[in-house]
Amino acid sequence: MIGETARRPVNRAGPLLILIVALAWLALVIGAPMATVFAEAFKKGAGVFLGAISDPDAVAAIRLTLLVAAIVVPLNAAFGLAAAWSIAKFEFKGKALLLTLIDLPLSMSPVVSGLVWVLLFGARGWFGPMLDDGGVKVIFAVPGIVLGTVLVTVPLIARELIPLMAAQGAEEELAATTLGAGGWTTFRRVTLPNVRWALLHGALLCNARAMGEFGAVSVLSGHIRGLTETLPLHVEAVYNEYDFVGAFACASLLAGLAIVTLAAKTALERADAAAAIKGSAA
Amino acid sequence: MTLTVDGVFKQFGRYPALAGVSLEARDGEFLTLLGPSGSGKTTLLRVLAGLDRPDRGRVYLDGADFLELSARERRVGLVFQQYALFRHMTVAKNISFGLDVRPARARPSRDEIQNRVTELLALARINGLGQRFPSQLSGGQRQRVAVARALAVEPRLLLLDEPFGALDTKVRKELRGELRRIHDATGVTTILVTHDQEEAMELADRVVLMNRGRIEQIGTPRELDDAPASPFVFEFLGECNRLPCEVVGGVARFEGFAAPALSGVGRVGRGVALFRPSDTRLDAGPVGKGLPVCVVEVRGRGAVRAVQCQSVGGHRLTAELPEHIAVHFESGQRVRLTAGRVMVDLQQAALGEASALASPVAIRDSA
Amino acid sequence: MVALAPRIAAPAAAWREPSAVPGFHLAFGFTLFYISLVILLPLAALAARPWEHGPGGFVAAVTAPRTLAALRLSFTAAALAALVNVALGFAVAWVLTRYEFPFRRLADALVDLPFALPTAVAGIALATLYGPHGWIGAALADAGIKVAYTPVGVFVALLAVGLPFVVRSVQPVLQDLDVAWEEAAHTLGANPLQIAWRIFAPALTPALLTGFAMAFARGAGEYGSVIFIAGNMPGVSEIAPLVIVTKLEQYDYAGAAAVGVAMLVGSLLVLAGVNAAQVAFSRRGER
Repeated sequence: MIGETARRPVNRAGPLLILIVALAWLALVIGAPMATVFAEAFKKGAGVFLGAISDPDAVAAIRLTLLVAAIVVPLNAAFGLAAAWSIAKFEFKGKALLLTLIDLPLSMSPVVSGLVWVLLFGARGWFGPMLDDGGVKVIFAVPGIVLGTVLVTVPLIARELIPLMAAQGAEEELAATTLGAGGWTTFRRVTLPNVRWALLHGALLCNARAMGEFGAVSVLSGHIRGLTETLPLHVEAVYNEYDFVGAFACASLLAGLAIVTLAAKTALERADAAAAIKGSAA
Repeated sequence: MTLTVDGVFKQFGRYPALAGVSLEARDGEFLTLLGPSGSGKTTLLRVLAGLDRPDRGRVYLDGADFLELSARERRVGLVFQQYALFRHMTVAKNISFGLDVRPARARPSRDEIQNRVTELLALARINGLGQRFPSQLSGGQRQRVAVARALAVEPRLLLLDEPFGALDTKVRKELRGELRRIHDATGVTTILVTHDQEEAMELADRVVLMNRGRIEQIGTPRELDDAPASPFVFEFLGECNRLPCEVVGGVARFEGFAAPALSGVGRVGRGVALFRPSDTRLDAGPVGKGLPVCVVEVRGRGAVRAVQCQSVGGHRLTAELPEHIAVHFESGQRVRLTAGRVMVDLQQAALGEASALASPVAIRDSA
Repeated sequence: MVALAPRIAAPAAAWREPSAVPGFHLAFGFTLFYISLVILLPLAALAARPWEHGPGGFVAAVTAPRTLAALRLSFTAAALAALVNVALGFAVAWVLTRYEFPFRRLADALVDLPFALPTAVAGIALATLYGPHGWIGAALADAGIKVAYTPVGVFVALLAVGLPFVVRSVQPVLQDLDVAWEEAAHTLGANPLQIAWRIFAPALTPALLTGFAMAFARGAGEYGSVIFIAGNMPGVSEIAPLVIVTKLEQYDYAGAAAVGVAMLVGSLLVLAGVNAAQVAFSRRGER
């Protein structure tokens, strides 16, 4: 703890003022909206709340959201592992370019992340006519939603894994190779255990973002009730019909998901830190 | 198991790491690759382990082409400088790794693996540490695990890359002895890379002294001491005094005395003579042979003292003398110096004069 | 870090250093394949489409008054919100790092919420909160201030979006600040303001710049959080992403792509500018 900033109790006027301002800001900007979600959701009582979330369209939206996440997270996890393996264990030219490309979706508006797929597969897109002929629906159907969500969340898992694996180096993998282990065996037994917390952490964030994605999905979905609406889109649709309680009821499910995600994230971070401390007892 | 290295070359960009290296290791031999940094010893080790491919040359193990095999197939035990233990596995799992990953057909039973681990824990003298994790071990303990892990697969070669570099002196000396003991117990052909000449000479059956990608000399420690093949070998293996001299017919002539030359026999010319402080004598008598020098100071404690002198020409020379003789010398005293055998470096002729001259030390008159 | 072999110089001609670690081709191949499909291909489509009607078409689409107004609103609101967050986000980070108070851990976890919360949820919450019947909106309405359905609403929404970026950028740096520096300055007679200016500011400026950049980039492209509280009136309270959505609905792909490119380029320029500022700043420190 040498050199680390120590925490002090607040007992003088100056710091107290700053504390109040900061906490007020936090409450205003983040706390108030959260409170609104739950307040509005239960405004008319638990009965109406339950009715809203068990509405067939809501259930369909929930199912679709879960399906999309179930596809997107493993795909991006595989990508994250492959990219981190390439970048961390080997030396080659062009790493900086690769890293920039991976980070790019973070600078893109979600609407643009949806737009690009329309430009490729939409009715007037590059491959649009081809798809039409083949009777394949991408835009305004589930595949489109998946594509948009994938693009938005691509960097999330990779950015967790790359710095960690780079810091760990390739020594253990080299040792495993000289001991006779093949590629997959080395990956499974040596690399994966070393990155499991970071992988879980990234998957958690990726999942939260995938389930909550709105902008990209809005462009790609077609908003067909019961078919191509994810839960966030359903919230929007219901809200625009002035069914505020219904909208907030579904929104509160998503807010609940956010809270669970944060709790799980904190728990993960604690477990990881504990493992690190136990490990460095020498 | 005979290992034959034949004419291996390896270049990194414009830098020649290995410039034609050939050697043979007999079954069960303990070889050390010794040399300064950049001499190519680690590169050679990597080539043997399969981590690098040479540009030219061959390597044979028992007559079979070794380079054809990948790092995975070679069954070579490799001990890394930083151990590279699997941080998320227990010591026992680390050691059994090489056996655990064998394809089902070639894998021993769980009991057999268990026994082997116990055996190796005992061999490396780390019983009881099986369930610990690497981060809970000291540096010396980690090194033992690394050796045990490498031995678990019954390798044909055991390669160690400066394994004691990261340890403190006491642990280092202790582990040296352990390594030799383990080698003798298992009989595996061992090649150790080090820049520490004391370590190399203590452990090896034969020493391979390398410099700038080439082998300067291969021989037993005794051979290297008694018959160094070049001035480089002589200089690397210990402290040297340096004096300019003239060589004629295998004899090096100095001002005031002559000494047999270990090299440059048959050649004529001027050069720099190298000789050991332990081979240097001082004579305090009024007349006799020897280079006139002045004693600067007597250093050290214990049974052997270092008497530092300076010649008229400004050369700093040290004589290692037993305590009961050294006590007779004192600062400012004028004596005569002779050397036993010397190694003559004819290459350094021009440099010799300039570099051997130290800045003259103000010599205090004995008051 | 590499134990075996000092890495002197890799062969200049080779693109990749050979390695005994297996699996490069598979991993790198898959990485390239994925990136090409998911990022490069879509980007190519984005880059190519605005020119469908020639350079003139691209310029016309971007400089149409409605589009310009929307771009201006998106970028300005994002910049202003990011700036406010630099100040107040810094205060939050300060308080979380240096003070002990009840529920501190809860406050700390709360900061991450916008990362995990779906934007649409934040959007309807903000719209309701600042709307005519909301807790805050109603109070402001009494004072004659209207927030929802105006450009101000956009600004307010982006405040929520950008806060975590600044806080999380600054926190680690604050945490690692050596207490000894402060104490040394104190014993040398510096007052708190001087300490803040001479010791904290230089250490924190890079982190604040990063936080600003990320908050800005996120805010400029934000859709879900903003779309409900903005008035969406063309030329007044319409954000750029909405222009894109509208053009798509009209099948004006080229126009939509043009605006998309403008947005992307704008964000990247700002990021590059911040990067340059950081480099210049760190060079200054080296002298």
